Amino acid sequence: MSLESMLIVSAALFSIGLYGTLARSNVIAVLMSLEIMFNAINLALVAMAKFVAPQNLQISLSNALTGHVFVIFIITVAAAEIALGLGIILAMYRNNESVDLTQADILQH
Amino acid sequence: MFVTDVIFWVLALTAVVAALGVVLVRDLFRSVLLLAVVFLCIGGFFVLMSAEFLAVVQILIYVGAISILFVFAIMLTRNVRQGNSPNRLQIPAIFLSTFVLAALVVVAFGTEWNKIPPEQKSVIDLVQINSVTALTKEDLKDADQSLMEANGMPLGLADLLIGKFVLPFEAVSLLLLATLIGGLALARRQEGG
Repeated sequence: MSLESMLIVSAALFSIGLYGTLARSNVIAVLMSLEIMFNAINLALVAMAKFVAPQNLQISLSNALTGHVFVIFIITVAAAEIALGLGIILAMYRNNESVDLTQADILQH
Repeated sequence: MFVTDVIFWVLALTAVVAALGVVLVRDLFRSVLLLAVVFLCIGGFFVLMSAEFLAVVQILIYVGAISILFVFAIMLTRNVRQGNSPNRLQIPAIFLSTFVLAALVVVAFGTEWNKIPPEQKSVIDLVQINSVTALTKEDLKDADQSLMEANGMPLGLADLLIGKFVLPFEAVSLLLLATLIGGLALARRQEGG
């Protein structure tokens, strides 16, 4: 286990998520792929926190935890995004009986 | 180190195969279950990289809450049978994601990473493992003393969140409030509709 191998796993997950986001037509599948991308980023951030030397360690030892704080923020934002996104999906389904992105061309009622 | 390497490869293989399953399996319900597997593997990686608190948060929020939200969304929309069909962007998407993967791999191997020097490794591990517990002087007595003299006791995650990162922290609380109101507004039935 090294920084490079961690980053490779993260890159693989990210590009799989990117493919899913672009090439799926179901909105729920697109949101799931987005979640995979978020997780890939979190993985890269934690790997950086573990293997890359933090700046100004002489000033504060807790600079070693900056990556972890970022991950907490990303998890919060992702959770908020998913909660709202699924609400939008349900509203969309209520209006035009479909969650197919290729057929969704209006956002209004 | 042999054991951690084996665990790493098992987790990496499972995560990538499960992620491929999420985007390729046609049955949406199966792909949600595979998504939970991906989340669990990421949690395992967090444990491997001495971020235990984040692993617990990951499992509570992602596996416990977000997967369930996805399951609800799939059950509430009727065209589950229609499944996870691809759209017309299939070929460009494959090209773009392969290109992004290649670029990221080149960057990961091509960059001169400023790795943590070996003499600081143990103290940084200690700070990260104890990110939610109070470290004492006793815990750090084996650490590099030149680091210790300069800055005293390290702060935990909570101190950072309401200290150095208090502005983003407040912004996130505003975001959560906005999400709450937005969710309520979306879920409310339209009058007469």
